[in-house]
Amino acid sequence: MTVSELPITAEARHDFADLASRPVLKRKRPGQLIAMVLVGLFALMGAYVIVTNPGFGWPTVAKYLFDIRILNGLLTTIELTTIAMVLGLVIGLVIAVMRMSDNALLRGVAGAYIWFFRGTPLMVQMLFWGFAAVLFPTIGIGIPGGPMLVEWNTNDVLPLFVAGILGLGLNEGAYMAEIVRAGLMGVPAGQSEASHAMGFSRMETLRHVVIPQAMKIILPPVGNETISMLKTTSLVIVIGVGDLLYNAQQIYARNLQQIPLLIVASLWYILLTTILSLVQARVEKRYSRGNTIQARKA
Amino acid sequence: MSEVQFFNVHKDFSGMEVLKGINFTVESGQVACLIGPSGSGKSTLLRCVNHLETTSSGTILVGGRMIGYEVHGDRLIQAHQKDINKRRSRIGMVFQSFNLFGHMTALENVMMGPVKLLKVPKARAEAEARELLAKVGLADRTGHYPAQLSGGQQQRVAIARALSMKPDLMLFDEPTSALDPELVGEVLDVMKALARDGMTMIVVTHEMGFAREVADVVAFMDGGVIVEAGDPNEIISRPQHERTKAFLSKVL
Repeated sequence: MTVSELPITAEARHDFADLASRPVLKRKRPGQLIAMVLVGLFALMGAYVIVTNPGFGWPTVAKYLFDIRILNGLLTTIELTTIAMVLGLVIGLVIAVMRMSDNALLRGVAGAYIWFFRGTPLMVQMLFWGFAAVLFPTIGIGIPGGPMLVEWNTNDVLPLFVAGILGLGLNEGAYMAEIVRAGLMGVPAGQSEASHAMGFSRMETLRHVVIPQAMKIILPPVGNETISMLKTTSLVIVIGVGDLLYNAQQIYARNLQQIPLLIVASLWYILLTTILSLVQARVEKRYSRGNTIQARKA
Repeated sequence: MSEVQFFNVHKDFSGMEVLKGINFTVESGQVACLIGPSGSGKSTLLRCVNHLETTSSGTILVGGRMIGYEVHGDRLIQAHQKDINKRRSRIGMVFQSFNLFGHMTALENVMMGPVKLLKVPKARAEAEARELLAKVGLADRTGHYPAQLSGGQQQRVAIARALSMKPDLMLFDEPTSALDPELVGEVLDVMKALARDGMTMIVVTHEMGFAREVADVVAFMDGGVIVEAGDPNEIISRPQHERTKAFLSKVL
């Protein structure tokens, strides 16, 4: 059928140029409205319960939110997170580089480290470090089977805080090693090759060429790990380190206000997590130098 | 002196022999082009020169000295990595895939070697880097990251980066093979200028026009051996061997 034979539809009688010049009407989407109402209702119900249920003990929450014991615990939590993450990153970097080494022994050692620390529960590792003094009452430097040159009482040099750090950091190192390794492998081999061809050593190549480019692959999961670590530090309660959760527990053990104090701890955890998320976004932006998406925008 | 001499060079990759006794000499100041089908061993041979690949047997001398090995009594011993790095720093290499450092601007790429390896003061290194980028026609692209540059521009930055180390010898591993056809010319022009300046160059290439125009010597490789080598016009216009003829009939 030719064009002239096409049936004339309603639209065909309109002046399209004229129609197109007017704004397009928005089609109504009733499903969205229903969803909005439902979500609103649930939110109201939740808010009602939170406000009216006296069990939440909001006045108690307010009373303890800035309690010195809570703030001290908070400081300990921040310290544990920071030191354990730094330790984890350093160990992770070393283990990752060892795992990619030419030397089979170094590869094996790195593999064994990851195998062991990922293979046992963190809680068990934590308890182990807490009880290390039972296994090694003294530690020191000396000749195996012979006399000791220097010797310390384990409980003196390994306070519970340090035991907590070791538990968290050594375990984190194993996971971090895999994150770092993924990052290092994500940098094309040609980058290292070009660097070697210029005369840079393996270490210089890692430092100047590979690691800076691996950072943008490594950072998102590291941010994730840091946020996770913030809350994992609460495991130190099993060896009695006075972190945020432990101190909250100590308080409710006396006044029996469990729920309000757990809310106090949660509020601080959530605040710190929020701050860390913001920091993460900023840091990632800094290390995205020269990547294609940014380049296209420029 | 920067002549390159290959004596009976063999190379095998876990039983697969890719170089089967290469004998060849590139005089100081000469441009040598290695041509041949893919898998013929020409890139491997090039990579043996700066010890990115080890050789299985045979010797390669650059300026009369081995790279990667030393004479130890009546045997060869692996050289210290520091010595290898030092030798490499005097040999520029340009790759098919450019391999510019992605987190650095063009200027930073060109400054990096002098600053970190030769300990040249930053201000002087920057001035020299700008000069080199101007020389390859990229004076207005110094602040661009590799991802913001075309392939031809990236390869010219890569050449400037290699030149920043003031090399005695330049190795080119198919420098134009990854480029869009209209960008090949700008890279070849830079290479021609370099050849005119008297740089010793070994170029693995499929650009027969370049080989004919610029090369002092062309070697045709196939199956891990140099089938024939000599004057570019002779080799490309009047090949003697069947394999050379078959290859050239496909690429010309």
